[in-house]
Amino acid sequence: MNIRIIPRLDIKGPNLVKGIRLEGLRVLGKPEYFARYYYENGADELIYMDAVASLYGRNSLLEIVERTARETFIPLCVGGGLRSVDDIRVVLRAGADKVSINTAAIRRPELIREASRAFGSSTIVIGIEAFHHADGRYEPYINYGRDRTGLDAVEWAIRAVEMGAGEILLTSINQEGTGKGFDIQLIRRIAEAVPVPVIAHGGAGKPSDIYDAIVDGRADAVSIASILHYQCLEQVRSDEKEFTAEGNIDFLRRGGTFSKLQPTALPVIKEYITSQGVACRHVL
Amino acid sequence: MLMASPKVAIVDYALGNLYSIKHACERVGLESMITSSPSEIMLADGVLLPGMGAFGEAMQTLHKLDLVTVLRDYAASGRPLIGVCLGIQLLLTESYEFGNHKGLGIIDGVVEPLDHPHEGERDLKIPQVGWNQLHAARSWFGTPLEGIPENEYMYFVHSFVPKPQDVNAVLATTNYGGVEFCSSIQQKNIFACLFHPERSGIQGLKIYKNIASQLHKSLEGIE
Repeated sequence: MNIRIIPRLDIKGPNLVKGIRLEGLRVLGKPEYFARYYYENGADELIYMDAVASLYGRNSLLEIVERTARETFIPLCVGGGLRSVDDIRVVLRAGADKVSINTAAIRRPELIREASRAFGSSTIVIGIEAFHHADGRYEPYINYGRDRTGLDAVEWAIRAVEMGAGEILLTSINQEGTGKGFDIQLIRRIAEAVPVPVIAHGGAGKPSDIYDAIVDGRADAVSIASILHYQCLEQVRSDEKEFTAEGNIDFLRRGGTFSKLQPTALPVIKEYITSQGVACRHVL
Repeated sequence: MLMASPKVAIVDYALGNLYSIKHACERVGLESMITSSPSEIMLADGVLLPGMGAFGEAMQTLHKLDLVTVLRDYAASGRPLIGVCLGIQLLLTESYEFGNHKGLGIIDGVVEPLDHPHEGERDLKIPQVGWNQLHAARSWFGTPLEGIPENEYMYFVHSFVPKPQDVNAVLATTNYGGVEFCSSIQQKNIFACLFHPERSGIQGLKIYKNIASQLHKSLEGIE
C-alpha cells in the first residue's frame, strides 16, 4: 500500500489561511500558488477547505477550485459549507473530485446516503473534527470546530460509513496547527473501526510525526498543512507577495516564521518515510 | 492542408467526475464533449467511457439511456473506445458485484472483488484509494501506455478488478496488498484502465496525449 500525503489548504475569501486549533487564522498567500507548488512537488491529492463557509454561508471557493482543477491533475477534495446534494454538484462541476462534509452530515445524516447514491461513495468524504475531552471522550465538533454535538467520534465514524461515506477525513482539534504531533490514539481507534480509508489530520510538526500516524495510528493517508505551508512560504516570500488585505496579514507583514514546526518540503517528507519502510509515490 | 480535428465523446451517465476527463482532454488539445446522445456518440472519432460507483446501477442507466447497443456497435466500428475506472469493468461480460450483472460484453471476462488485500497482519482498506504502480504485462509500444516508465504510479479508486479471459488482452498489472490484478486492457481498438489517468499527474496526462496523437494519425490516414 502506498500512503498518501495530502496537503490541506484552508481558504478564507481569496486567501490561504492557517490557524492553531482552527482559530486565529493567519493569511499566508494565494491558494492556487501553493496548490501548484505542491502538485509539482509530488502531492498525492489536495484538500481545499473553506474555513468560514459553514459560518457565513458564502462560497468564494468555486473560482479557486475551477482554476486549480485546470492546472493540477491530481484528485482535489473540497469541503466547507456544503449542505445539500445540489451544493455538492456545483463543487464537482467546478472540478472537484471529492467533497468533504461535516456539519451538514451531522445535522442530517441522510445527506450522506443521498450524496453517495448520487455521486458514488468514493466521492463522499466525511470530515470529523474531534475534540479530546479531559475525561477521555472524543467529541465531533461542527462549524469549523466551534460547536459541540454531544456525539462520540468513533460511533459517528461507523455510522457515517454505514450511510455511504467513502473516506474519513479525521482532524484532531486539540493537535491541529500545533506541530506537536498527531493524536495517535484517536486515529487508531477510528482507522480500526471503519473499513474505508482514514485520512489523519492535525498536528504534524516534523516528518517522524507523519510516520507515527501511519504506523502506530494505522492511517491510510495523512493530511498536512502548516509544515508544508511555512516551507512553501519561504519559497514564495521573495517572488510572490500577492494577497488581499482581507484577514489577518500581520504575520506576513512581519515576515514571520513558526518556531514549533520544522517546515519541510513534500519530497523530503516522502524520502524520510520511505527510508523508514513506508511505501509512497515518488515523482521522478 | 488543414486537418480535421478529432472529437471525442465522454459518455455521460451520471456518475463520476466527467469534468476531470474533459480538463485532461483540453490540456492535450483534444476536443471533447460530455454527452449521452446515441447519435453524438456514434459520430465521435473516439469514445471515453468513464464511471464510478456500482456496476449494476451503471448498466441499468446505460440501458435506460439506450446506450448499451450504441457502445457495442461503436466498439465493432473499429474506432477507439476507451474505458476508465468503472468503464473498464463495464466492457467485460459480467460482474459479481452484489449479485450477478451482465456487462457490455465487448471484452470476454469477468469482474471480481478485491480479495482480502493485506500487508503482514494489517488488512488493507477496500476500496483501494490512492497511487499504485503499473507493471507491463506485454510491450506498451504503440499503445496509449507507450512512454510510461515501468513501475509508474497511477491513481486508483476501486473495490473490484477486471479479469479478461484472454491473457493477451492484459496490458498492465498492479499489486495491492498481495493481490495481483489486471489494471489495463488493450484489445484491438479497445483500451481501458482501472486507474484514473486524468488524476494521475503528468504521467497520466501522457496517456491522454498518446490517445490524442493516435486519433490524429487515424484521421490523417482517412484523409
